[in-house]
Amino acid sequence: MSRMQMLTSSRMGRRFLDSSFAAALATPHGVDRYVEMVDPLWSRTETRAEITDVERKTADSVTLTLRPNENWAGFKAGQFVKLSVEIDGVRRTRCYSPANSQFRKDGKIELTIKVDPKGLVSPWLLANARPGMIVQISPAQGEFHIPLPHPRSILLISGGSGITPVMSMLRTLTDRAYIGKVTFLHYAFTEDDVIYRDELAEIEAKYEGVRIIRAYTNADNGDLQGFFSKEHLVAADKHFAEAETYLCGPMPLMDGVRAVFEAEGISDRLHLEQFAAPTRTVPTDEATGELTFSASGEKADNNGQTILEQAEAAGLTPDYGCRIGICNACVSTKLSGITRNVLTGELNTDNDVNIKPCISAPCGDVSIDL
Amino acid sequence: MSTATTTTSQKHKLSPEQIEAFGKELDDLRARIVADLGEKDADYIRDIVNKQKKLEVAGRALLWAGWFPPAWIAGVTALSLSKIIDNMEIGHNVMHGQYDFMNDPQFTAKNFDWDNTIHADSWLYTHNYVHHTFTNIVGKDHDATGYGVIRVTEEQPWHPIWLLNPIFCGTLQVLFQWGTAIQELESEKFFRGEKSWAEMKPGLKRFREKAGKQALKDYALFPLLSGPFAPFAFAGNMAANLVRNLWSSSVIWCGHFPEGAETFSIEETEDESHAEWYYRQILGSANFTGSHLVDVLSGNLSYQIEHHLFPDIPAYRYKEIAIEVREICERYGIRYNEAPMAKQLWSVWKQVFKLTLPDSTYTQGPLAGLREALTFPFRAKQDENARDEQHVVAEAAAA
Repeated sequence: MSRMQMLTSSRMGRRFLDSSFAAALATPHGVDRYVEMVDPLWSRTETRAEITDVERKTADSVTLTLRPNENWAGFKAGQFVKLSVEIDGVRRTRCYSPANSQFRKDGKIELTIKVDPKGLVSPWLLANARPGMIVQISPAQGEFHIPLPHPRSILLISGGSGITPVMSMLRTLTDRAYIGKVTFLHYAFTEDDVIYRDELAEIEAKYEGVRIIRAYTNADNGDLQGFFSKEHLVAADKHFAEAETYLCGPMPLMDGVRAVFEAEGISDRLHLEQFAAPTRTVPTDEATGELTFSASGEKADNNGQTILEQAEAAGLTPDYGCRIGICNACVSTKLSGITRNVLTGELNTDNDVNIKPCISAPCGDVSIDL
Repeated sequence: MSTATTTTSQKHKLSPEQIEAFGKELDDLRARIVADLGEKDADYIRDIVNKQKKLEVAGRALLWAGWFPPAWIAGVTALSLSKIIDNMEIGHNVMHGQYDFMNDPQFTAKNFDWDNTIHADSWLYTHNYVHHTFTNIVGKDHDATGYGVIRVTEEQPWHPIWLLNPIFCGTLQVLFQWGTAIQELESEKFFRGEKSWAEMKPGLKRFREKAGKQALKDYALFPLLSGPFAPFAFAGNMAANLVRNLWSSSVIWCGHFPEGAETFSIEETEDESHAEWYYRQILGSANFTGSHLVDVLSGNLSYQIEHHLFPDIPAYRYKEIAIEVREICERYGIRYNEAPMAKQLWSVWKQVFKLTLPDSTYTQGPLAGLREALTFPFRAKQDENARDEQHVVAEAAAA
């Protein structure tokens, strides 16, 4: 440990860096700007992480192990984080669920990312992620986690890369020496596509209360074959109605499970995490969808006007200046959805990006930080 | 002799079709650059920030040993350069949103602040919004009329107070950061009785907040850290701020005040199209030439014309854009105002001295000017009476 490192990692050092005296010396840029000169991980405001390990567990996935800085406040198994990486000078943000136990001893985070060949971030990570790289992460978010006290019977269902949040739940439960019953039903094309295959086998052998059922859609050497059905559910756990069920996977699986639970009248027992792929279809000129102003909690039906005009019509008073895209006064973060630049016609499909509401019109559902 | 704003005027010489075609060419140029933004630009701004931080740390450290004259001089040089780069190539450009495309909160205009007494929010209003939207419109762009404290265009009516014009201009250069810090207040309106104390309060609060922190850092905390040598650090910081003030104001003066840069009236810019807005930006701005170092230290405002056309495109790109803009201007016969920095600055100061005297001095001879100056109080009284009469007539008509 170098002397500088002792300075910032010691309690005295941290107290100094967080003091109003240090802030006054660093005004107006903030302490981070100078601390970063030594190590970007010492940021006092941003949660940053160093990639310490990169593994390719299956042909179309990449598993990253991250060592977060001390701003990381931990997570509950099942929650997700927003991971930001810089690609060609632009910060891109995507949501991923940690797959590790929330009690992992070294405090690291494990993200398994399924590669979408048509996507931007996942192929880039597959090609470029390497140990030593620094990325940004958000605090953990989401309501998808097992409540305390734990239910006595838990059913986990996942498909493909949807395994990550439920894998985290499974690992956390076993770490916590949970004494109830856990049934884990996982769907994959074939045996080779099961991302945590070896570890699942270990867990199955080690813990009596854990039952693992592998369902393969394109092979017949699993415990079950084909797509999800009521029969699969009964085969996995015939007392499924008494369990709390946690589900994450591709849309068809989610829809299938939801339909069965609805038919059984136990929808309230089903908890799910939706990771819909970003829409890539080019929208029409018609004004459709809903505009969500996330900071104020207002909503409005998209009427085709610019976001600034629609925000004002909804009774909000966002900052604005020129209203013709020059002055930057109205710039806000678009959290999700597609917007169209009314001057150039250009579409913006990325999430968590800066846009100018005065010259941006929503295409379909859009959520903006206003 | 003539004044800048009239003789060279060439507004409205293009047909509506020509104007639209010209606007289209600039839109295409912009689209090409925007599509090309990426890693190169992110690397550029990070590299500049790293250099500026090193200069700043070096400057502060050297001033710690400020009792040793060479260290003091080197410290002031490093800190001046740091403040200049922080304000011009980093702050001014980042706060224009030039690096918003990176989606990095550290380089997003709304999150950024600079080593300057003007509050970032206040600047986003007076500069990004008012000046860049209403560039050189007299009555709308506060910059166009010398911030209310210097007479830089004939459109500002002469008053005996302008006999002090060069003194006002020099003082503003010396105190430039403090001048911009209170620009938002438009305090000349308060002194004329057009603005109430209550209307001044929000701006004053922002001023106290930001300027207070800056003054605390430069004139109290860092000097105190030097212990017994505090006076050297204090003087060093003051010198660095002075150098920055003189340099940035000179750069800015060169952008819109030299001979050939036009002003506009509110009437003639009503219902202006997007292309006409571009046209006004070119006619109202002026470039200056210099070395690469001058470009960096001026935040590339040496390409003021390009900056006004595309205020949110990374400024170091203006150099490559300028070649095309100049070519477009040549084809459409639009004046492209460019001269060496010294010449533009000379032109500004010549203007400042000239506008000290009533305009009739130059149009009708020195005697006419003298007469105008001497009769000013009577004419002012007459004007006031005439205005009052108009009010009476208007009120009677309304009744």
